[in-house]
Amino acid sequence: MEKHLTQYQTVCFNLNGKDVERTVDVRASLTDLLRNDFRQTSVKKGCEVGECGACNVLIDGEAFNSCIYLAVWAEGKKVRTLEGLLGPNGELSDIQQAFVDESAIQCGFCSPGFILTAVEILESGKAYTDEELRKLLSGHLCRCTGYENILRAVKKTMYRRLGRELPQE
Amino acid sequence: MYDMKALYQAESVQDAVALRLKHPEAQIIAGGSDVLVQMREGKRAGAELISVYGLDALRGVSLEADGTLRIGSLTSFSHITRDPLIQKYVNVLGEAVDQVGGPQIRNIGTIGGNTCNGVTSADSASTLFAYDATVELTGQDGVRRVPIQEFYIRAGKVDIRAGELQTAILISRESYEHTFGHYIKYAMRSAMDIATLGTSVNVRLSDDKKYVERARVAFGVAGPIPLRAETAEKTAAGARLSAELAEAFGAAVREDIHPRDSWRAARDFRMHIAVESAKRAFAEAVRLAGGEL
Ligand SMILES: Cc1cc2nc3c(=O)[nH]c(=O)nc-3n(C[C@H](O)[C@H](O)[C@H](O)COP(=O)(O)OP(=O)(O)OC[C@H]3O[C@@H](n4cnc5c(N)ncnc54)[C@H](O)[C@@H]3O)c2cc1C
Ligand code: FES
Ligand code: FES
Repeated sequence: MEKHLTQYQTVCFNLNGKDVERTVDVRASLTDLLRNDFRQTSVKKGCEVGECGACNVLIDGEAFNSCIYLAVWAEGKKVRTLEGLLGPNGELSDIQQAFVDESAIQCGFCSPGFILTAVEILESGKAYTDEELRKLLSGHLCRCTGYENILRAVKKTMYRRLGRELPQE
Repeated sequence: MYDMKALYQAESVQDAVALRLKHPEAQIIAGGSDVLVQMREGKRAGAELISVYGLDALRGVSLEADGTLRIGSLTSFSHITRDPLIQKYVNVLGEAVDQVGGPQIRNIGTIGGNTCNGVTSADSASTLFAYDATVELTGQDGVRRVPIQEFYIRAGKVDIRAGELQTAILISRESYEHTFGHYIKYAMRSAMDIATLGTSVNVRLSDDKKYVERARVAFGVAGPIPLRAETAEKTAAGARLSAELAEAFGAAVREDIHPRDSWRAARDFRMHIAVESAKRAFAEAVRLAGGEL
């Protein structure tokens, strides 16, 4: 193999429910692929070393930082981004609305990542304590909100989806 | 874009071995949570990579016919923690790897990568040392099995030979049977932080739960590679349970460990938390085993 020979590969995967196919440079991260080829601009580039969670997406139902995930690894996988949460006319999902209602968003840079982790939490169908929720959300940095509002948004949505009353604080 | 020269994707273990032999300079990438970060930092710029991430055959936990617990090298931390066999036989390992980084890191990071990087702070390593785990490597001539204590050669260097890749971590029944363990990660933050010290203890008590049959303790970051504290283990073996025993067990670890000064913590401080962590992890392991101090 020559030194600067660029290698391409075709990847087929499912993006937000739709089967897609792209030929990518093998050096690309999944963040690169989603942003550049699919205009999924909710996938943010924060640290690009796996520390902040701004690039988080769901792959086969689990949260991954797409900045440290090779684009070619998406082959055969089901990838979900924040764009996939919107209704047919751009309606916000319950968890997105909860982030708005609880002022869990200021600049918004961390929000897509947080919300996708929240989706993984909510789809587990389990009830978690505050302590457990804090741990489950700990792979994300927010430089604006101080986290309490984010925790509350996830917690309220969790109780709503479970059909239970939110305990009084 | 990552600054890599080439990427070879292994289709099977045999294919990975062939790729290793064909491209001896190339580096294996599993989950990439070390490799890609280092590449981003420029440390491995221009390297060739052999990806084994697609080898699903190396994922999962199973029991072999003789009761040996087999953990495929590509099993992610979150899958180890959730695995029923791990929970039943070596729950402490699941708890230890549940303290790695944050949730997304636990979904991508593999136990193979955590041991092949040769890093002393690796959260799985001390528990694997404390269970006398065996590392399975597959190469040109088939399978080679190495005790984990010999697998680690020096900081950052493990015994992987030309053409080989790690395919599993094994824990024998003799080692895990009737044991209860506890891991303490001492770090400055409760998430997304590397251990200042990692302490893993497991005990097996006598039938009447009054005596220690066997106790084992291993540390990460108490030396350049993970290590066992055998003086403490001997102190506890066969001894009657008591609060004094927990104290003596903790104090004895001083004989065997060699922490150093680093920007994370001073030597004396690491020594202090090693004694305290060994004592507390021992007490908790005894409690889990149904004993009373
Ligand atoms: C933000 C962040 C936080 C982190 N926090 C922690 C933490 O708290 N605790 C901790 O222990 N680690 C932590 N890590 C480090 C890392 O996640 C772990 O070491 C992880 O286990 C590496 O696994 P991987 O599959 O991603 O390895 P890779 O990066 O793919 O590989 C690591 C090394 O092992 C080699 N290798 C991997 N698999 C094999 C194999 N099967 N055969 C032969 N060689 C192999 C590679 O060549 C490389 O040298 C963190 C990393 C990040 C990015
Ligand atoms: S951009 Fe991926 S974790 Fe920060
Ligand atoms: S809202 Fe600004 S980083 Fe979280």
